[in-house]
Amino acid sequence: MLSYIVSRLLQSLVLLLLVSIIGFAVLNLAPGGPLSQYALTPGMTQETMDRIAHQMGLDRPLPIQYLDWIWRLLQGDWGKSYRDQLPVLQIISSHLFATLLLMGTSMVISIAVGTWIGVRGATKRYSIFDYTATVGAMVALSIPTFWFGLVAIYVFALRLKWLPAGNMYTVGDGSFMDYATHLILPSLVLALVDIAVWSRYMRTATLDVINQDFVRTARAKGLSERAVLMTHVLRNALIPMITLAGLQLPTILGGALVTETVFTWPGMGRLFLDSLGYHDYPVVMGLLMFSAILVLVGSLIADILVAFVDPRVRLG
Amino acid sequence: MSDNKNDVLTHPTRRQVMGQTLGLMALRASGVVFSGVPGFSQALAAGEKSIKGQLIISFSQEPTVFNPHMPHIEVDDGIHFSLFDPLFYVDPEGKFVAALAAEVPTVENGGISADGLTWKVKLREGVKWHDGAPFTAEDVKATFELLVNPDFRSWRKTGHDLIRDLKVVSPTEITWRMEKAFAPYPSILASTFITPKHLMSASADPNNAPFNNAPVGTGPFKWVERVAGDHITLEANADYFAEGPYVERLIYKYIPDLNVMYTQFKAGDIDVLGLQWITPDHYEEAKDLPGMTVSVVPAATVESFSFNMDRPQFKDPAVREALYAAIDKAAIIDALYYGLPAPTETYMPQQSFYYNPDLPKQAYDIDKAKELLDTAGWAPGPDGIRAKDGVKLAFTCSTTAGNHIREQVQQYIQQSFKDLGVEMSISNLPPAVMWGEYWMMSKFDTVIVGLNFLTGSDPDTSDYFRSTSIPAKGGAGQNTWQYANPEVDALLAKGGEVFVPEERKAAYAKVQEIMRKDLPFLPLFQYATVQGNKQGIEGINPNVNTRINTWNVGMWRRA
Repeated sequence: MLSYIVSRLLQSLVLLLLVSIIGFAVLNLAPGGPLSQYALTPGMTQETMDRIAHQMGLDRPLPIQYLDWIWRLLQGDWGKSYRDQLPVLQIISSHLFATLLLMGTSMVISIAVGTWIGVRGATKRYSIFDYTATVGAMVALSIPTFWFGLVAIYVFALRLKWLPAGNMYTVGDGSFMDYATHLILPSLVLALVDIAVWSRYMRTATLDVINQDFVRTARAKGLSERAVLMTHVLRNALIPMITLAGLQLPTILGGALVTETVFTWPGMGRLFLDSLGYHDYPVVMGLLMFSAILVLVGSLIADILVAFVDPRVRLG
Repeated sequence: MSDNKNDVLTHPTRRQVMGQTLGLMALRASGVVFSGVPGFSQALAAGEKSIKGQLIISFSQEPTVFNPHMPHIEVDDGIHFSLFDPLFYVDPEGKFVAALAAEVPTVENGGISADGLTWKVKLREGVKWHDGAPFTAEDVKATFELLVNPDFRSWRKTGHDLIRDLKVVSPTEITWRMEKAFAPYPSILASTFITPKHLMSASADPNNAPFNNAPVGTGPFKWVERVAGDHITLEANADYFAEGPYVERLIYKYIPDLNVMYTQFKAGDIDVLGLQWITPDHYEEAKDLPGMTVSVVPAATVESFSFNMDRPQFKDPAVREALYAAIDKAAIIDALYYGLPAPTETYMPQQSFYYNPDLPKQAYDIDKAKELLDTAGWAPGPDGIRAKDGVKLAFTCSTTAGNHIREQVQQYIQQSFKDLGVEMSISNLPPAVMWGEYWMMSKFDTVIVGLNFLTGSDPDTSDYFRSTSIPAKGGAGQNTWQYANPEVDALLAKGGEVFVPEERKAAYAKVQEIMRKDLPFLPLFQYATVQGNKQGIEGINPNVNTRINTWNVGMWRRA
């Protein structure tokens, strides 16, 4: 097991290096640059832009810029944002809480509800519940989040005035209840799609297990239907879900771009989009590396967990 | 975001001054403005002013640059105006009003010598920085020096680099000499915020000074905190030397999507809308919202159909004139822009003292356009497209991809041109690409662009129209049309050195006349924005001379 983990980590380092090179090249080779946003400012001249580019070191050859960046990174310096000069790690961590809160809540909701719907749909296959869940999932998957978010705001914030129209908290309040009321709409909007995904996966996984011999054996032993479901079916059906959850880890931290925009939620998705828009390369590269690390760690954790849960799987 | 910062559709993005007149008269003679006066009386009244409540102001872009001397965008200006003061600022009528200066320097009061070369500025006494340190002439000196510091990522050196012999005479007086007379300089000073020497010099590298993320100014509000990606909180500076502030707390809320911003405005979450306000398509509904004040506010930016004059198709003036006649401006404004912007024939904002109202009015006349091209020898080829001497009247038109209204304008114009026997293909680019080298180095055929042409708050347009300002030919400036006309060069040189508004006006009226005749760009319309706030908030006063509506946020109050 240990040697497996070590070799996986070494592979990951090579992968990270490749990601950084490709990411850096693609970002910098795309036309435009961090200064192009100032081009239409009154009185701005090419001369001024060239001078500032030189001061920022943007006129150096790309390989030199890359080596400079990676060398600093290896020493633990993630660089500073071109926009507000703050350290990249500080910027990422300042957006992390918002994203974790939103995505975490929505993931808990979607896994709980999705699992329940999936298992129930599989055990009562072709029932009205199953059909409703199937159609519902298709609808939920087809609705654009942006539109659904705006509709939810229109109904619950503008018409009924039950919930706030956006933001993570009321400035100056920030109590638990304040956060909670602000969290309801975005986390439900976000969870809607995930519930659909989880319920479909869960239904399939349960169906795979439910007709197998050991389930019949369990029933034959005289176990109650509930015990069969909980200890035999669910446990086995959840194994593929662990891999799925592991692969979802990076998307949690990547944030939900659309939901964050509609609900003005100050998370990582917004940060990524804004940083791209402003060609804030240090932050974009930081986010890229951060999420690459999460993908690798997430899949590693998932593999290890599966090995623990499923005795048939041997790592190494 | 997709409709992004560069694409300034109906957003006043440029700081400039219209109604420039009085300001410059002040320079010379009239001495209209002893704006020390209002500030002073208000300072006396300061004891009684009540500071209460908070205001939430929304921006669709996130302010991130708090050092006003570093490269920044419009929304950053909004924060700077709350925190800092210039020596004097420009009011909505275009008058200079003293802020940190005790009075606006003019020729009459001896602040500026008659030749414009020697300056003497008296400063207001008893002003304190937010951290309690006294404001003195040393701060002004340090600010000017920082702006031209070669190691500093200075936003603008223009004008400041002409300063020589900068001397602190006393804590409340500073003098200098200008290398040459530069008439736009007062306007530049009006947008140059003074920053504290004791904090700026505390750091070896001014580009990374702690000050840049914890700004300290003299303005009506003090820095409290920034929650990245969400909002910035400021609190009242009760010791402010001039009028205001009247609210305890200002919250600048970042709302990245204009539809969402409008929704939150309707929900009552926003007190005052900031950049980029309400999109034109919501105007009809917005103006009837209960409890809200919504109005159309003119902006200085002018939308134009710009030519790359270096392309063989556009060297013939008849072609440019014919294309102008083939554009149905009224239909574009009414059908696509909800009738909000005002049609124009010039780059000069219509509110400006320097605006030339006597330019010929463009009329949509496709027959005249055909006749012009026929006469000039552009005959239709077998494919129906006109050509002359082997040059086909075919070209691309570019603008910011994702700006839907502009894309519709392009399609509309494309159709008109087709009827004329002119083939225009549309090739739009994402903003960073569009306004990078593609625009700056004149790699386009034609472009639809919104520009504020003025330098600072001044009518000088040398950076745009002078033949030596063509970046594609090694010039410093933004003459991306590659327009060259010796007469315009001479007029701009003259206008930049004369300090008498009436004389300057003659020069700039002539420049506008020539530009209207030469048509390196076809002026379409002047921008208008739809701004809004909750009823019961007073003191909001749109200023076409600044690029942000929070320029006077110190005077905003709840009734």
